[in-house]
Amino acid sequence: MYHYDATDKAIVQARVRQFRGQTERFLAGQLSEDDFRPLRLQNGLYIQRHAPMLRIAIPYGLLSSTQLRTLADITGRYDRGTGHFTTRQNLQLNWIELPKVPDILEQLASVEMHAIQTSGNCIRNITTDQFAGIAEDEIADPRPWAEVLRQWSTFHPEFAYLPRKFKVAISGSLDDRAAIRVHDMGLQLVKNDAGEIGFTVYAGGGLGRTPLIGQKMIDFLPWQHLLTYSEALVRVYNRYGRRDNPYKARIKILVKAIGSEEFARQVEEEWLHIKDGPNTLTAEEVARVANQFAPPAYAAYPASTSTLASIAAQHNDKAFSRWLERNVHAHKVPGYAAVTLSLKTPGAAPGDATVAQMEAAAALADEFSFGELRVTHEQNLVLADVPHKDLHAVWQRAKASGLASANIGLLADMIVCPGGDFCSLANAKSLPIAAAIHERFADLDYLFDIGDLELNISGCMNSCGHHHLGAIGILGVDKHGEEWYQITLGGAQGNAARIGEVIGRSFAAAEIPDVIERMIETYLAQRHADESFKDTVARIGLPPFREAAYRKNEPTGEPVHG
Amino acid sequence: MAKQLIKHGQLVDDRWQALALADGATDGDAAALPIPAGQVIIPAPVWLAQRDALCSRADAGDIAVSLAPTFRVEDIAQDVQRFAMIAVEFPKFIDGRGYSTARLLRERYAYRGELRAVGNIGRDQLFYLKRVGFDAFLIPPGQDAAAALQSLNDFPEVYQGAVDQPLPLFRRRTA
Repeated sequence: MYHYDATDKAIVQARVRQFRGQTERFLAGQLSEDDFRPLRLQNGLYIQRHAPMLRIAIPYGLLSSTQLRTLADITGRYDRGTGHFTTRQNLQLNWIELPKVPDILEQLASVEMHAIQTSGNCIRNITTDQFAGIAEDEIADPRPWAEVLRQWSTFHPEFAYLPRKFKVAISGSLDDRAAIRVHDMGLQLVKNDAGEIGFTVYAGGGLGRTPLIGQKMIDFLPWQHLLTYSEALVRVYNRYGRRDNPYKARIKILVKAIGSEEFARQVEEEWLHIKDGPNTLTAEEVARVANQFAPPAYAAYPASTSTLASIAAQHNDKAFSRWLERNVHAHKVPGYAAVTLSLKTPGAAPGDATVAQMEAAAALADEFSFGELRVTHEQNLVLADVPHKDLHAVWQRAKASGLASANIGLLADMIVCPGGDFCSLANAKSLPIAAAIHERFADLDYLFDIGDLELNISGCMNSCGHHHLGAIGILGVDKHGEEWYQITLGGAQGNAARIGEVIGRSFAAAEIPDVIERMIETYLAQRHADESFKDTVARIGLPPFREAAYRKNEPTGEPVHG
Repeated sequence: MAKQLIKHGQLVDDRWQALALADGATDGDAAALPIPAGQVIIPAPVWLAQRDALCSRADAGDIAVSLAPTFRVEDIAQDVQRFAMIAVEFPKFIDGRGYSTARLLRERYAYRGELRAVGNIGRDQLFYLKRVGFDAFLIPPGQDAAAALQSLNDFPEVYQGAVDQPLPLFRRRTA
């Protein structure tokens, strides 16, 4: 992974000093709340329902075991013992005291971490594929490019006060696991006929109140121009994005308003002025960064001596076999696999990890996976480089720490925002809904029978829980001070990203488990062999699901709304 | 009165008088605005409306223009070398359009005169403002301009090339 040199360290330490000064001035009454707000937001600090929330950056989701132990220490020392991993691969702590934040940032800086630009109207943490560097379908490793972009966007002087936040995701594989089409700027690594690396650039995607799929800006941007093109694109947005209404200020609204072709033309025109300028990337810099993502010292296991099937047969344990099936993923190096440590264990909030779990995961990384971990945008942890021979030991150890629920990709692997229990933006709670669904679908046999299913829950239209992209999406809405839940079906992430459709009027919290169960029954009755939930929805449409959803409670509920 | 203008890293007196147009002013209002004698900052639409009458005063160093966030700097590009000073307005500090305006003035239109940030700015914006090409900052009354000076040096190094340091760090790393 990328290690800071003396300059990187000096920059992060300067930020700690700067924020300490700003916090002191705020606490001394020399800086108003309005003036302090954007400053604290750009250090990841929100004021929430109960206490300030601190969002710590985990650049492109990559963590060393030392860093995770530091996060565990901070979570134990300054919070109440539980951290929440987010869909943007960051960590949120919900019970932080403002005067302590400079000390927390200082401790983070000691392990090359920070909370820079994890909130605010600026370029946010850049996210990527949790299987970067190990995926069999990889065109090129996205991590060096994510790091190059991290440095370019860090304290970018022109883009600290954009109309709204700006999120970038990058995918290096054929199968997009980074949801690049629902980001303000999405980058797909590609190779041209000559074998040269470049990017297909998308812009204007996003969820929220107005969910939109990103539009293609350019087919092949040679890698040298990544920063100048990005600069041109963000500059056009900074100049012409709407600032009169925060709900219409994201780049997607600008792209939609003037059309993606016109927007791309303006970006191109701006880019031609700065193309080949000093910010043009050099081969030396790319090599310097890429060298730090060189593969670890893999042992040479002979190809095909072990497969996941042979390991399962060897142990003959149904629970282990299920874990292998759901939580273990292919690796491009023979004899290795990637393991997902599930943070979706029923009884705990999705994405939450306790101090003990963070420490256990760090220990597993040290013993079995070269001391590194990844955070996934589905809110789980990944050990990317586990030898096949160690999988059983990893499973047993993970199980003992509550990290081995064999539910990755199943209905129980829900993406869920913190919702109304913590977030001051939320219209409704999301965690109790997730808990009720976990309880209803506790039978693993049933979950396996249902198969791959993305169920995503957001507590409000800001869509942090990516409900639009769920095969089943649940959105909390406020109706006259009461919490209601709207259901969407047929969303999808990845290459075929698709926004789900609302099935009809919303439901009370207590109705949700029944409604979800009736959706699932409809799917099981209608599906063709090996057909996933979202494919069945695509084939037969919403009406059978709608009919099932409203069959039993037609007279109640609230009126249909648009 | 305390000095509130920072220029080239020093606190100095401000000799310029700033004129404003009312919200919703028309082209006719811009053409009719009386321009007093002395060194005057006029809104860019006033310059465009009274350009012919003001050229000689501008060439004598008495005319500066102020650019509102909505004003497209392209519309005044051919005249920038005439101005002794250009003021970029920040009605709210969270409106960052002026940062792009400053870079365009410096990098695209080769403006070398005084570039002044005015409005709702303070010490916590100075480092970024300096990086995009501002060399003067009018700190609002009530704020400690002397203390604000310190924030011009908040960071010892920068990653990306901009106006104050055109070379990105990766072209300057030694190790």
